[in-house]
Amino acid sequence: MQHFWNDPLGWGNAGIFIAGAVAVLAVVIFFVTYAIYFERKFIGWMQFRKGPNRVGPLGLLQTVADVAKLLLKEDTIPSKADKGLFVLAPVLAFVPSFVVLAFIPYSMNLQFADLNVGFLYYIALSGITTIAIVVGGWASNNKYSLLGGMRSAAQMISYEVPLVMSIVGVVMMTGSLNLRDIVIAQEGYFWDWNFLPQILGFGIFVISAISELNRTPFDLPEAESELVAGYHVEYSGFRFAFFMLTEYIYLYAIACLTTLLFLGGWNPPFPQLDFIPGVLWFFLKFAFIVFTIFWIRATFPRLRVDQLMSLAWKVLLPLAILNIFLTALGIELM
Amino acid sequence: MSEENENKPTTEQPAGSAPAEPGAEQATPAQSAAAQPATEQATPAQPSEQSATAQPAAEQPAAEAPRKETDEEKAARRKAAFEAKQAAKAAAAQAAAEAAKAAQQANASAPATAETPAAAAEGAPAGESPPAPPAPPSPSQPRLNRVVTLLRELVAEDAVEESYINEPNDHLPTLVIKNEHWLQSAQLFRNHTELACNYLRNVSGVDYETYMEVVYYPWNMDAREGYCIKVKVDREQPSVASATPIWETANWNEREIYDLLGIDFPGHPDLRRIMMPDDWEGHPLRKDYVPLDPEV
Amino acid sequence: MIRTEELLLNVGPQHPSTHGVFRIVVKLDGEIITEATPVMGYLHRGTEKLAENLNYTQIIPYTDRMDYVSAMTNNYVLVHAVEKMMGLEVPERAEFLRLVVMELQRIASHLVWWGTYLLDIGAISPFLYAFSDRERILGLFNELCGARLTYNYMRVGGVKWDAPDGWIDRVKTFVKDMYVRLDEYHNLVSGNEIFLARIKGIGQYDVKTAIEYGLSGANLRCTGVDWDLRKAEPYSLYDRFDFDVVVGKNGDCYDRYLCRLGEITQSLRILEQALEQFPGEGDTMGKVPRVIRPPAGEIYVRIESPRGEIGCHIVSKGKAEPYRLKFRRPSFVNLQILPKLLIGENMTNMVTILGGIDIVLGEVDC
Repeated sequence: MQHFWNDPLGWGNAGIFIAGAVAVLAVVIFFVTYAIYFERKFIGWMQFRKGPNRVGPLGLLQTVADVAKLLLKEDTIPSKADKGLFVLAPVLAFVPSFVVLAFIPYSMNLQFADLNVGFLYYIALSGITTIAIVVGGWASNNKYSLLGGMRSAAQMISYEVPLVMSIVGVVMMTGSLNLRDIVIAQEGYFWDWNFLPQILGFGIFVISAISELNRTPFDLPEAESELVAGYHVEYSGFRFAFFMLTEYIYLYAIACLTTLLFLGGWNPPFPQLDFIPGVLWFFLKFAFIVFTIFWIRATFPRLRVDQLMSLAWKVLLPLAILNIFLTALGIELM
Repeated sequence: MSEENENKPTTEQPAGSAPAEPGAEQATPAQSAAAQPATEQATPAQPSEQSATAQPAAEQPAAEAPRKETDEEKAARRKAAFEAKQAAKAAAAQAAAEAAKAAQQANASAPATAETPAAAAEGAPAGESPPAPPAPPSPSQPRLNRVVTLLRELVAEDAVEESYINEPNDHLPTLVIKNEHWLQSAQLFRNHTELACNYLRNVSGVDYETYMEVVYYPWNMDAREGYCIKVKVDREQPSVASATPIWETANWNEREIYDLLGIDFPGHPDLRRIMMPDDWEGHPLRKDYVPLDPEV
Repeated sequence: MIRTEELLLNVGPQHPSTHGVFRIVVKLDGEIITEATPVMGYLHRGTEKLAENLNYTQIIPYTDRMDYVSAMTNNYVLVHAVEKMMGLEVPERAEFLRLVVMELQRIASHLVWWGTYLLDIGAISPFLYAFSDRERILGLFNELCGARLTYNYMRVGGVKWDAPDGWIDRVKTFVKDMYVRLDEYHNLVSGNEIFLARIKGIGQYDVKTAIEYGLSGANLRCTGVDWDLRKAEPYSLYDRFDFDVVVGKNGDCYDRYLCRLGEITQSLRILEQALEQFPGEGDTMGKVPRVIRPPAGEIYVRIESPRGEIGCHIVSKGKAEPYRLKFRRPSFVNLQILPKLLIGENMTNMVTILGGIDIVLGEVDC
């Protein structure tokens, strides 16, 4: 894809870009559909249940049916809500989540846009979703959603700090923010992947990432036992579906990022195995991360707001800074 | 509702029992039982009756009584009732402390006294007047006496209207305390070192149609002993001093009594309706309550 | 100067964590609760009023619907009160059956509490594990009396149905399995750091406060008071069995949690012994007059329900219907302490504390 960027923008180019975007969207929507399906299946199995098994063979069309239901549902807007913002919020949440996917390389050559700022691009754009959540919570004119939105803002802003800091070690080792360069630097055996030399950073990254995703045990913004559904309590129908979609696309993005930054991207664990295409390795690692996140959801209870905040600022952030020092020390000594 | 019950709206009527079993009566309230002389010869006959009753009683538990019954079953049933009655009478006669309280006592001691029919028969004719009971005094009697003394000394001479042992209820010392002395008495129960009732088990309100009653069950958590205190109150303007400042437990219980029975509790921090809607009219647990909504 | 306002938040009556139609109006300063006012009565069905026009056997199904998570103990408190008033003897086999179902019910009730409490705290799986075990108990009850929630099983003088063939053995198997499951639960949850951080030291009160507010059950025992009516005032056959009263120390949510799980173990111990001694033959109904007319008088009987001291105060005038029937509902009394505990806590702890008290709304509102 990269060479198209250098050509002047014409009808042909624009068509290719649009086709590429639609392809990514299709892949992502396919992923979301089956991520939800597998999440429900996995958690069902973990809880001695069967999970969805009625719609389609093995329940494979369950999510399709759910989406169809959401589409057909009446679109309700609370009468006291701020209509403009209420309508804007789901779009504002969804667009950045989709745009961040542009820079993810799936293999050596399969990439939509090769950005040198790489990871910073993700951080910058995903921050906009936070605003959307606050806007949605505020515009709903509901106390629960307001509390949920506020919590969400506090949480996502707090956790972005350790999230970025935890990457610094990787960036220092590679000398680049570009994701392709980071993956190329991890070539070799699996102990060359970043998760071992950067084990501290890896841990911080995973914790912060789950928190950024608002998933258990950090699902406070939508803690159903306290805030009913948090910021999207008033949303229904397709507006709600957009929030869901956003959430799962970020799950997709974070799983990709973890794979790329710490698990060697498309590199096989042993160089001898490189006859298997890189995309497959990428997918396996990606699936493992996604599965782990589902697994955590079925296992852990939820943190409390103050504990969540003190974890970010008192534990993760100092550790992330320590990690930077240790990495610098390591680079200096070796 | 069984046929038998419909046949006998007045419970004291020993209807239809005489032909089947001379001297036998259906289960009547025990007061009347206590009052009547015990003419029966029941106990010698009991073993055979038991074998006769055992079968139908096991087959048809009380609640499932069929509408049509054979004479045989009826007789058996009467015998069962008769036996219960018999025991109650004998016991009542023996225990007989106060005529009004005889009923409660009758039941508790029934199993015990049934084994000594001779004693029961002897005691029976004396049922009406309250003589010194031949049975050993209740184990709670000293406690009751002590509480009454304390209340007389420390609260007021006339604070205790009435006091007795509620024998079926594990010999619970029961006191009826004058409404105007209730608050002081409650403080005594709570704070006096001998009583030290730091725990309030239950608060009930009862509408007796001529008056109302609030029943408190304080309990001493360390000594593991309790009392029952009743406060009688006029039905027109019912008002009992709140026990909430003394026992926090009373808070919602008193609100509930206020809500359902309309008894006022001056001194209560937050006396509002608790179960019924705020704009509800009337107090549903009162015996003369008429639902406003015709559909209810 | 920024103008700040307190936020008045209405939690309930439809809210996932109020466990029924309970409503609590909280004033929030940020997320800190400055005032909490419980509002109830949404499930008030006037059981006590209805009972005044029903005979005693007809009241039994109404007791099922009070604490619908623990219907067996509710059945028992009523029939026990009437039996005590009338001085009735209950056949041994019936009493054994009652005891077994009450203890199974206690386990079922604590399992519901355990599952929903963890759900409140945000863990979803334990809920399903607990319910799958409870399901087995409900299956056993179903075999016994044909109902899974509102059993209407006990009668004055005995029980309605005898145990079907092999039932006792199935209970034995269940008891054996439950020990294993309970260990798994402890492994899964009791040591989880997040869980401990959420409930340790939360909703703490001391012995004095607990007694002052008339708490009972695990809510009282968590402060260290050795007060279990099964031991303190043995009813039924509890004095025949060897079991311990589980007490806590700190009076916080964590101790309440341990008390309740400990009670499951103790119930299993009681069940083991009871099933061992279970009489092979015998009547399940004692000799009871056709129409139950307790003699005139008054009685207050209390037993240990999974939630605490459930009491039944009957005023009889010698009729087939009670003159006044009042239930002392443990949930109702225990809930009184809630507004006091909530002051100064945040919204999240509200859920933890409310769940820790273990209320059933059918019982609170009666």
